[in-house]
Amino acid sequence: MDFLIFKAPMLMVQASLDGILLGILFALIAYGMALQWGVMNIINIAQGDLVILGGYIAYTIYLWGIHPAWGVIISPIIMFFVGWGLYKLVINKVVDRDLFISILATFGIAIVFQQLMNFIFGADVVVAQSEYGTTMLFDNSVTLPNSKIFSAFISVLYAVALVIYMKKSRLGRAIRATAQNARAAKILGVDTEKVYAATFGINAALCGIAGALISITLTLHPYVGLPYTVRSFMIVIVAGLGNLPAVAVSGMGLGLFEEFADYILGTEFRIGAVFMLLVFILVYRRFKLSKKREYLK
Amino acid sequence: MNKIAKLFVTFISAITLTLVSFTSSFAKVEGEYIVLGSAISLTGKYSSNGVHTQNGYNMAVDRINKMGGVEVQGKKYKFEIIYYDDESNPKRAAQLAERLIKQDGVHYMLGPYSSGLTKAIAPVTEKYKIPMVEANGASRSLFTKGYKYLFAVLSPANQYLEVAIDLAVEKNGGKGVKIAQAFEQDAFSQDVRLGILDAAKRTGSEIIIDDKLPKELNDMAATLAKVKAVKPDVLVVSGHTKGALTAIRQISEMKVDVPMLAMTHCDAAKLSKQHGKKSEFALCASQWHKNLSYKDKFFGSGKKYAKDFQKEFGYDPPYQSAESSAALLVFKDAFERANSFDRDAVRDALVDTEMQTFYGNIKFGPGGQNVAKPMILFQVRCKGDDCENRVVAPTKWASDKFYHPIPKWSDRS
Repeated sequence: MDFLIFKAPMLMVQASLDGILLGILFALIAYGMALQWGVMNIINIAQGDLVILGGYIAYTIYLWGIHPAWGVIISPIIMFFVGWGLYKLVINKVVDRDLFISILATFGIAIVFQQLMNFIFGADVVVAQSEYGTTMLFDNSVTLPNSKIFSAFISVLYAVALVIYMKKSRLGRAIRATAQNARAAKILGVDTEKVYAATFGINAALCGIAGALISITLTLHPYVGLPYTVRSFMIVIVAGLGNLPAVAVSGMGLGLFEEFADYILGTEFRIGAVFMLLVFILVYRRFKLSKKREYLK
Repeated sequence: MNKIAKLFVTFISAITLTLVSFTSSFAKVEGEYIVLGSAISLTGKYSSNGVHTQNGYNMAVDRINKMGGVEVQGKKYKFEIIYYDDESNPKRAAQLAERLIKQDGVHYMLGPYSSGLTKAIAPVTEKYKIPMVEANGASRSLFTKGYKYLFAVLSPANQYLEVAIDLAVEKNGGKGVKIAQAFEQDAFSQDVRLGILDAAKRTGSEIIIDDKLPKELNDMAATLAKVKAVKPDVLVVSGHTKGALTAIRQISEMKVDVPMLAMTHCDAAKLSKQHGKKSEFALCASQWHKNLSYKDKFFGSGKKYAKDFQKEFGYDPPYQSAESSAALLVFKDAFERANSFDRDAVRDALVDTEMQTFYGNIKFGPGGQNVAKPMILFQVRCKGDDCENRVVAPTKWASDKFYHPIPKWSDRS
């Protein structure tokens, strides 16, 4: 059984494609996290739970008989307002405090969200069916679920749209200005309060899209949010804040690394390998920065 | 005057307190009620199965009370259960068990939902020598610790899929088969895995893939790609409801062709409803099915139980409810044979239990597990888009023939 992947080269193609497609989806969640981390200096522990809530919105419309793919439009709209409300309710009180307070606050939000979702949607694991079928490559030896291709495509589409929006629109520029220097932006007339609320809303909307895609590619359960938080946290740590191409590359890289770790080290070490990589990267970055006499922010 | 009033209040409250503690220490039997206690998951991640368990308990309590209750020393008693919500949290469950025993004075316990929580409670009930009949903890490790007050009406986890391997070997003309397996890393699934390892050794089968899925994992693509490459005779998957749903989703998407697919938790995952035709031909292990021909005088047959349950709670009973109801029947039987409320007498009576219920035969082995009831296997079969679970093994209760091998995806519409 050892190193099956080297005996069957098609497995390598399969693993690479699986890793990249999944990585793109994770990169979308991570981009939202990087955005609000960069702008508001808040590490959102509830990120994964926002994703799952977005998924449940898509699942609900699926139960009403609407195709779950419409979730990628409906879910972000609802989630934007959820994020906005969450900011007005909780986040605005912790936004100027230190990181620890914001972690505590969002951790609280995560628990409340989990219990609410459990209460509303029940504790059963659910899936929405897209019926998109499968693409077969190389004489059926490599299979790609169309739902995964669809989800990667939608993720890229939204990410590109967001980048353009951030560059061109008034709000986008205000967000970037606030990220660079909130005080200066405020002095120059930017309503930072509104910028913060919008940023958190946009982040929640991105989570909503990702959630809708997860409902048709993976599974939903009120308590599976945390792995998504951890994964996006890792991608952001590797990529740095406010750098979309880096987030995309590190998302895909992590996806690939995970798939290959599965084949080479065994499934049980898959998640462990990712954590090892994280430790390695943190130590490496620290080392590099200390040489430059800078500090890791 | 003020002083006297204060003294008076103190005196009264002292008396009340004494009375309260006095009554509670005899709370095991209050008037005509035998009080049982149970910590159960009404919130948290096990809440849906927790509710199935509670409904099963309540159904049996109502039925037994209505049909005359429990007769001990010529007097009729009724059952009553004190429930606490353990929030699906093992630590909380252990605390609540302690509270039930010490504060509420409960002398007989019913189990919680899941192996993990039962494991947390068992040391407590053991410490206070409280007999506990549990219906939802199947992990093998519960029965190897030498617990004396723990009794389980279900078959242990290692028996879940052994039958499936036997079936595969039988279809292979008695020769060993190639097995690919993927199990979540939790107590229950790993016990199921041990059962497969035993069965493989016994039948001379070979395990060619042995993946352990991390708990956080919701993607099995890598495992399934390996399965596609090595072409085993049987694929075994166990990872609770999430594992079952993920497996079917990705097997159908990746068009993985295996002659036989065996799983656990198909009915809890509502596999045939959520995945429809994609789940067809999956074999699932189950503790109980309503079509089995066991009988008792309280619920009649399994079919009758299912009908009554449906009427009362509005859904078809999963096996978690049926086994929970059976736990109460076991208690009633033990009380009547012990003809006493002495805990050790009841415990000894439980040891000697040998009875048939609508849920199956019950006889406890030395570890407390039920040794009289085989596991059953059903297979998801579809007519058009309508899919249901049909019993295929053991042959005594089979309503349908086992369909083997599973047709290739390219031949399935």
